[in-house]
Amino acid sequence: MNVLLYMMPAALLLAGIALAAFVWSLRAGQYDDPAGSAARILTDKDPLP
Amino acid sequence: MTGVAAGCPSGLAPVSTAAFVQDPSAFVTENRGRRSLEIMVRGASCGGCLSKIESAVVALPGVAVARLNLSTGRMHVEWTGGLQPRRITETITKLGYGAAACDLAKPDDRNVSAERRLMVAMVVAGLATMMVMVVSEPLWFSPDVTPETRTLMHWASALVAIPATAFSGVTFFQSALSALRRGRLNMDVPISLAVILAIAISLYETARGGEHAYFDASVMLLFFLLIGRFFDARLRRRAYAAANALAALQTASATRIGPLGAVEAVRASDVRPGDVLLIAAGERLAVDAEVISGASDVDLRMVTGEVEPSAAYSGQLLHAGAVNLSAPLRVRAAAPASQSLTAEIGRLLEAGEQKKSSFRRIADRAAEAYVPQVHIAAGLTFVTWLVLGASLSQAAFIAITVLIITCPCAIALAAPMVQVAAAGRLFRHGAYLSSGDALERIAAVDHVVFDKTGTLTLGEPRLVGEPTPGAIAQAAMLARASRHPFSRAIAQAAGPGPVADSIVEHPGEGVSGIIGGRSARLGSAAFAGVAGQGGSELWLAIEGDTPIPFRFEDALRPEARDTVARLRRLGLSVELLSGDSSARVALAAAEAGIDQWTAAATPVSKAQRLADLEKSGRKVLMVGDGLNDAAALAGAHASLAPGGAVDVSRLASDCVYSGDSLKSVAMIIDIARAARQRMRENFAFAAVYNLVAVPVAMAGWATPMVAAAAMSLSSAIVTLNALRLSIMKLEDDAR
Repeated sequence: MNVLLYMMPAALLLAGIALAAFVWSLRAGQYDDPAGSAARILTDKDPLP
Repeated sequence: MTGVAAGCPSGLAPVSTAAFVQDPSAFVTENRGRRSLEIMVRGASCGGCLSKIESAVVALPGVAVARLNLSTGRMHVEWTGGLQPRRITETITKLGYGAAACDLAKPDDRNVSAERRLMVAMVVAGLATMMVMVVSEPLWFSPDVTPETRTLMHWASALVAIPATAFSGVTFFQSALSALRRGRLNMDVPISLAVILAIAISLYETARGGEHAYFDASVMLLFFLLIGRFFDARLRRRAYAAANALAALQTASATRIGPLGAVEAVRASDVRPGDVLLIAAGERLAVDAEVISGASDVDLRMVTGEVEPSAAYSGQLLHAGAVNLSAPLRVRAAAPASQSLTAEIGRLLEAGEQKKSSFRRIADRAAEAYVPQVHIAAGLTFVTWLVLGASLSQAAFIAITVLIITCPCAIALAAPMVQVAAAGRLFRHGAYLSSGDALERIAAVDHVVFDKTGTLTLGEPRLVGEPTPGAIAQAAMLARASRHPFSRAIAQAAGPGPVADSIVEHPGEGVSGIIGGRSARLGSAAFAGVAGQGGSELWLAIEGDTPIPFRFEDALRPEARDTVARLRRLGLSVELLSGDSSARVALAAAEAGIDQWTAAATPVSKAQRLADLEKSGRKVLMVGDGLNDAAALAGAHASLAPGGAVDVSRLASDCVYSGDSLKSVAMIIDIARAARQRMRENFAFAAVYNLVAVPVAMAGWATPMVAAAAMSLSSAIVTLNALRLSIMKLEDDAR
């Protein structure tokens, strides 16, 4: 069962990365306007600066 | 932008027309030469709207950023240079959308950060649940795990579960503590207790190498509850923002005249008593004020419920909500915007709100009944096992299992999930709940009281009868130049067309001009030089012709009669309570099919009538929009206001419905009743569940696996039952 000693820190690390990615996306405003984001991919305009 | 259809290019939203003007420059903020403005845009509903509006605003000189949030309808514009902010809102209005500047410093930002905090807490609890499950499941399903490995896995669970619980559970712990401090019990008390005790007993078991640990149960419980809390918070904020957006299109800024004659636009909230304001024709008065100079007509329908405009003369006190119609007025502010109502209405409002805060929600009643029972059951279990000869730690373990398995989860989710599903459904139909217990109060009503002007009727006079052919077209040439409601009705009946020459508006009298070389007058009987017939009328007098009368009435909303019949079918009695004259109220009541009506009601007598009804045991739903309804709205058992209502009335009501259809009223009652039914079902289910689960736990048969399975299953059942509200069929699904 020594493999657990590697697996558990690895799992913790991966979950930590997932959490960090989520918090980053939240801070970056990716959930602020779901309807607008869905509509914007259809416009040809370049994204605003 | 010529050649582009007005409004949404996909036809998803109706074209918006501005009812009165607002100067946005009071809301501009400046930061190092860069000016910015937040605008509420109404009617934007697709990607086409988005690019149409953004590209039109970016094309204005100096605009650097124009970004519209399609979810909230809020647009952020930044520019440099001398662009007049009015041009931005005008550009959007010309495209066929509603646009009004709004205040940046709204408490909305606080709600946003609370929602984010809940979202992060939910994700942390979710990830922790996942990880703890990964190490728990092998223990549940493989009996041949050695005790050393088991303990190692328990420690791993503890490593994840303890920080996650400490972080995600704060919301519940705080709420439980504050309830206990006030000597009350709420649902968060058993939740906090279960979570903390589960962690504590699991740590103890892990330390002594025991078999069972409840780390998974504690994080899972928090995860499920946080899902409910998060959706609740999000919906609440969105409803709040949407209701605010409706309000933003209503509130006007004010034009202040400084002591040296300098004119500046200020926010209504910045107006101080004593300020001299200029009210242009078409502007709405934001504060109570006294007329200093000028003569005009004012539309008081928001204030008194009367359709016919009245004359404004110097020395007269006008209440906030009055719309100036014909000529500019200079007024002196008498009260700040926040206190702009008569003291009496203010007092009645306060009394109504106090009464409402004493309402006990189904969920609170359930918590108060449930919490002591669970704790007594756990205590009895502990004592019984001790008596039967179990060790102290064994007895404690089983007692805590009872606390965990009685599952505050199903009970704690029973009401909030229904609340979320119902509020979400209402949100989709453009109705925004303003308080948490509004649904239950609306579900309980058995009598509906309507205000007339603007609620049951369109609130705008319509031309009735058939004056001689061609008369409407001629009258419209004069009428198009005036903002008087009667003139607007004529202009609307005639459609677009030419305007007469040399038009002069005579406040309180009418409009004069030249049509085809002959002088023409449109106005009161005296203005036209004839003897009037009384009632709502205008006369058109063209040089050389016989004067022609035009008659008006405040037409009933087309769906009013159906709605009243519908409410009757729902088992509700309907009543009309209006400040308008007796003849007009009787007519409207007859047309709508309402037998019981009262006319010429003052704000105080409206509130009094509601109090009387309440005393006789009725539960009254008040529907109204004017300032004169505010006290009645606050005092009613439940209340609804249309989105166009004055601020005070909107704030005093439990639910604001947008759109102009009265059908919303029946729909809201339908959904509220269905929601109450779902809540009762959920609580009944939770009670049955506990009848089964508690004996199992008391007997000591429950294991962490049983607890986890029971918790997920019961939560899923109450949630799915609540979600039935999202797909429920409404009698009239057209809107």
